[in-house]
Amino acid sequence: MEDLKKRIRANKLRNYLFLIIGLLATLVGLLLLCTLLIDLALDGASRLSMKFLLSFPSRFPEQAGILSAWVGSFLVLLVTALAAIPLGVATGIYLEEYGKKNWLTDIIEINIANLAGVPSIVYGLLALGLFVYFLKLGESILTGGLTLALLILPTVIMATREAIRAIPNSIREASYALGATKWQTVQWHIIPYSTGGILTGIIIGLSRAIGETAPIITVGALTFIAFLPSPPLTPEFPYFSFQWLMDPFTVMPIQMFNWVSRPQKEFQLNAAAAGLILMAMTLLMNGLAVYLRYKFRKRVKW
Amino acid sequence: MVAETIKAQTKDLNFFYGPLQVLKKINVSIPEKQVTALIGPSGCGKTTLLRCFNRMHDLYPHNRYEGEIILFPENSNIISPEMDPIEIRMRISMVFQKPNPFPKSIYENVAYGLRVRGVRDKSLLDEKVEKSLKDAALWDEVRDRIHGLAFDLSGGQQQRLCIARALATDPEIILFDEPTSALDPIATSKIEELIEELKNRVTILIVTHNMQQAARISDRTGFIMLGELVEFDKTEKIFTAPSEKLTEEYITGRFG
Repeated sequence: MEDLKKRIRANKLRNYLFLIIGLLATLVGLLLLCTLLIDLALDGASRLSMKFLLSFPSRFPEQAGILSAWVGSFLVLLVTALAAIPLGVATGIYLEEYGKKNWLTDIIEINIANLAGVPSIVYGLLALGLFVYFLKLGESILTGGLTLALLILPTVIMATREAIRAIPNSIREASYALGATKWQTVQWHIIPYSTGGILTGIIIGLSRAIGETAPIITVGALTFIAFLPSPPLTPEFPYFSFQWLMDPFTVMPIQMFNWVSRPQKEFQLNAAAAGLILMAMTLLMNGLAVYLRYKFRKRVKW
Repeated sequence: MVAETIKAQTKDLNFFYGPLQVLKKINVSIPEKQVTALIGPSGCGKTTLLRCFNRMHDLYPHNRYEGEIILFPENSNIISPEMDPIEIRMRISMVFQKPNPFPKSIYENVAYGLRVRGVRDKSLLDEKVEKSLKDAALWDEVRDRIHGLAFDLSGGQQQRLCIARALATDPEIILFDEPTSALDPIATSKIEELIEELKNRVTILIVTHNMQQAARISDRTGFIMLGELVEFDKTEKIFTAPSEKLTEEYITGRFG
C-alpha cells in the first residue's frame, strides 16, 4: 500500500514537471512575440499617423511615408491571388479527384511537397530568368505578383488537397450513385464543402507572401519610389487600363529594409512604424483565416 | 397468379479485385417489383455483388467484371464496357449502409438527382421533392423545414431522406446496402415497412446481415458464401426447407 502511494506521488510529480516545462516552452514563443511587438510599438508608434500612410518616401525622415509601399504590396498581392488561386485550386482538385494513382502522380506529389521547401530567393532567381528576361514582363507589379504566386502555389495546392481529403468518401459515392459525372460532383460537393479549408490555405499563403522580401528584390523591385502605379480606371474610353500591371513598384518589407539600412536614427523609427503596420496586416489576415475556418466548420461537419 | 417478369439477371458473373476473385460464377434472377434479399456472413461478397448492379466498382482502380448482368426489358448488359455507368446509375439507384445525406438542405438532397439530370423547373422540382418525401414516409415529419439542414435529422430520418433521394428520379431498381445496420430497432422497422410498400412500384435488391430482416421483407433470398451463390430461392423455402446443408447451418445460426 505504502509502495503504491509512493509510486502515485512519483507519477504525479513527473506530470507536474512536464506541465511546468510545457508552460515555459509556450511562454518563450509568446513572450518573444510580445517583446517584438512592444519594441516595434515603442519605436514606431510616434510615427504612426494618416500622414505616414499617405506620404511617399523622402530624404527627410519626418516627411517620409509608406504610400507607395502599401499600394505596391496590395497590388502585388492582388496579382498573386488572381494567379495562385485558380492554378492551385485546379491542381489540388485534379490531383485528388481526377488523377489516377500511378508513378507520375507520385512524382508530381513529391515535387509539390519539395517546392514548398525551396528557399524563396531561388524562386526569385527563377522569376528573374522566366518573367523578366524570357517573357520580358519587366521589373513590374505583374512580375512581382507572379513570382509570389509561384512561391505560395505549393501551399495553396496542399491546403486544397487537405480540405478535399477531409470530405468522406460516402458523399462522393452518394453523388455518383445518382448518375453524377465527376465534374458535377466536384462542382456541387467537393468545391463547396472544401471552401473553408481552401480559403484558409490561400490566406496563410498570402500572409506569407506579403512579408517576402528576397524574391521581390531579386526580380528588381525599386527601393525608393515616389509615385503610384497608373490608375486602373481612366476618364477616357474604355475607362479601364491594365498599365499598372507593368509599372515599377516597391513593397512594405523592401521599404522597411531600405530605412533600416540608413544611418539616421529617425529612419529606424520609420522602419519600426512600417513594421508595425506590416505585422498588423499579417495578423489581420491570419485572424481572417481562423474566422473563416471556424465559420465553414460550423456549416459543414462530418 | 401472373407469371413474374425478370428485371435483371446475372450470368456467370465473376468479379475480381486485382488478382483476387471476390465473386465466382454468380447466376441469379431478380424478379420485377419484388424484394430480393442477399444474405451471408461478413466478407462473403454480398455487398460486392450489389455494387456490380450500378457499376460502383468502376469508381476505384483494379476492379474487373466478367460475365453478364442483363437488364430487362431491353436485354442490355450492365457490366459491358460499352455501357455507360452513368446511364446505369441514372436508372438504378442506391441506398447505402450509413445514411449519407449531403450537408445541404433536405430539399436540395432530394432534388439532387433531378438537378444532375438538368431539371431547372422550380415547380416540377417542388412537386417531385414533395412526392418523394411522401413516398419515403418522411414528409409529415419535415414538411415545415424542408429548407433546413439534412444533418439536423435523426439517423432514421436521414436514411429515409436517402431513400427519398433515391426515389426522386423514378429508378427501375433500388439497391439497398444494409440500410438499417446503423439504425435503432424503431427506425429499422419504419424502413422495413417502407421497403414493403415500395416494392409495388420498383424492383428492390437488398443486402442484409440480418436474417430475420430478410425473412420479414423479401420474396426471394440468395445465400452467398465465400463469393459463391450457395442457394437462391423463394424466401419462405430458404428459411423453412433449404435444399443445401450449408444454408440450413447458416440460417439456424451454426456459424455467422
